[in-house]
Amino acid sequence: MSDAAATPTRTLRGLLNARRGRNGRTHWTDVFTYLYLAFGIFLMFGPVIWLTMSSFKTSSALLEFPPTFLPLGQIEVQVEGYDKPLPLFEATLEDGTVKQLAQVRRIGIISQMVDPANPGEKYKVPINQRTEVREFRMAWDNYRDPLERFDFTRYLYNSVVVTVVATLVTLLINSMAAYGLAIYEFRGRGAIMMFVIGTLMIPITIILVPVYLVVTSMGMINSLWAVILPGAATPTGVFLLRQYMLTIPKDLIEAARMDRASEWAIYWKVVLPLAMPAIAVLAIFSIMWRWNDFLWPLIVLNRSEVYTLQVGLNAFQGELDVQWHYILAMTVVTLIPVTLVFAFLQKFITTGIASSGMK
Amino acid sequence: MALQSDHNMGERMASLAGAPVRLLFTVLEPPLAALQRGLGIKRMPWIFLLPNLAFFGLFVIVPLFINFFYSLTGGTQLYLDNRPFVGTEQYGFLLDCQTYADPQTCREDRFWKGIYNTSIFIIFQVSFMVLFSLITALILNREIRARGFFRAVFFFPVLLSPVVVALIWKWILLRDGILNAFLVSIGLDKILFFVSPEWSMFWAVFVSIWAHMGFYTLILLAGLQAIPPDLYEAAEMDGTSKERVFWRITLPLLWPNMLVVIVLALIKGVQIFDEVFVLTGGGPGTATQFIVQYIYNTGFTNQVQNFGLASAASVALGVALFILTMAQLAATRRKDDV
Repeated sequence: MSDAAATPTRTLRGLLNARRGRNGRTHWTDVFTYLYLAFGIFLMFGPVIWLTMSSFKTSSALLEFPPTFLPLGQIEVQVEGYDKPLPLFEATLEDGTVKQLAQVRRIGIISQMVDPANPGEKYKVPINQRTEVREFRMAWDNYRDPLERFDFTRYLYNSVVVTVVATLVTLLINSMAAYGLAIYEFRGRGAIMMFVIGTLMIPITIILVPVYLVVTSMGMINSLWAVILPGAATPTGVFLLRQYMLTIPKDLIEAARMDRASEWAIYWKVVLPLAMPAIAVLAIFSIMWRWNDFLWPLIVLNRSEVYTLQVGLNAFQGELDVQWHYILAMTVVTLIPVTLVFAFLQKFITTGIASSGMK
Repeated sequence: MALQSDHNMGERMASLAGAPVRLLFTVLEPPLAALQRGLGIKRMPWIFLLPNLAFFGLFVIVPLFINFFYSLTGGTQLYLDNRPFVGTEQYGFLLDCQTYADPQTCREDRFWKGIYNTSIFIIFQVSFMVLFSLITALILNREIRARGFFRAVFFFPVLLSPVVVALIWKWILLRDGILNAFLVSIGLDKILFFVSPEWSMFWAVFVSIWAHMGFYTLILLAGLQAIPPDLYEAAEMDGTSKERVFWRITLPLLWPNMLVVIVLALIKGVQIFDEVFVLTGGGPGTATQFIVQYIYNTGFTNQVQNFGLASAASVALGVALFILTMAQLAATRRKDDV
């Protein structure tokens, strides 16, 4: 016992000393650092792992208290003389022996059981004398059913359409505006910049009703355009792209003008390719914003055919008879794209945020 | 040279974006070239600005003014020409209180309950979030192994959608959830978290800190890394204690970033809605109903959609945000000065 406790301590101290070779002493903050980081991993990833584990449990396994960590399912065996596979139990018999038996039927508190190896022999076991024999099993039905029977495929499709179209529109009009503000010197440029920064101060939460009016009078209620268009011109995007385009050497543009390239051609053939790193950052931001958007879609999408995943998930969890096994699975589906973005582009995003101070 | 490689990468990504985009740009080229011949190069910036400004106008500026007019009208119609002008009646209704300290004494008690709840929420959420972001940033700024990995760990929840965040925690906090299983296993009783107003508020604060802390940690970490290392070296040579280094060097130099983080967190905190709405639904009763949920309920979910009242409340929220944004600008200016 003491040995087992000493080893991790020694390893930990070795680790700390190796790192802080300068004075050789372990400051209390070193210990605190690693405890904090370990707890951080547990707290940040734990809930997501628990959600994922739970999403593979059957609806009956989800009701169990206390819950098991792994998704488990009861083993069923095919026994000669019975059409359906029978659930397997570990039963303690009257003489004290423990045997794995399959249950034929249950009458009250007595379970009729049969030995799978020897189907002729029957047993009567009180139900509190038997426990289920279980194995690791993933309930894929949690994923298959909502996608096949309910509208989740539709929601998934809507979310993808909204995210892709909105991001393309945002990239186009934001990069055009950024080009106008970065490349040209013209009267009113300062005022337009102030105006763009000013719109940063007006989040959708304070203009919900009038934007709803605008969207309604354009006949877009319950269409995906109502979600896509209002947020397409992002001040963040204009600002981010403009700051980046300012670093593009003016000589390049002058050279292109000498070659009689039109301004539009300079925009998309010279400046846009050079601004790709900033455009990529904005694209990632936009994808995150749109995929995760909730309040506005909740207001303008009232029919289940046009629900996005977020709205659909919320509607599903608000129903009286909450079907957690489906909700958990669909939550996992919803967080997969974001997790992939995170896994591959994490560095990109964090430097983007650290440099722009926005998200 | 660097420019050359940037250019190559740009071209690669542009070709990834695919042919449809290139086709669109090519198709647009002749008309825009013609436009340029007609208008002259001097007016071209306005052509480039036009689409974005049109969107701003249609979905931000015009609504901002309509919002104000809405708040001066009554009735239940959506279109402005069907709405009777009522002057400041909506504001009068919202502000009609015997004492402002007690939401119960107000005619529109849900509005004041929303303000009251939002205030409680931001006091706890912002102070603890800044505290934990600071601790996390300080720890990530140490010479630890796998710093990039740990930075990513704390950042991960930032990317999750509010609905997903809420469902993850709801699943943990349910009556038969894993947290109650833990409480039972150490000999305590189960707690029905969402039945108790205090626990609901606690978890609303906790979950939103969990979800957003990584973002603020990142800003503070950037600030910490901008502090010149020779200051620390000099302090070490003088034998200054670690505590003193923190109070005399780290904190003063980080203060501009701290201010930005505090104000940004306040601006986000005042607008809290999504994750708490899904987590608690505003309940129990109205214990976790915030100001944005009040606007949403009043304007969009009640049987009688009271757009005027929702707009008046939006204007109030807008004023609060304006003050906070001014504070942010002041804070950012301080940061640039330093």
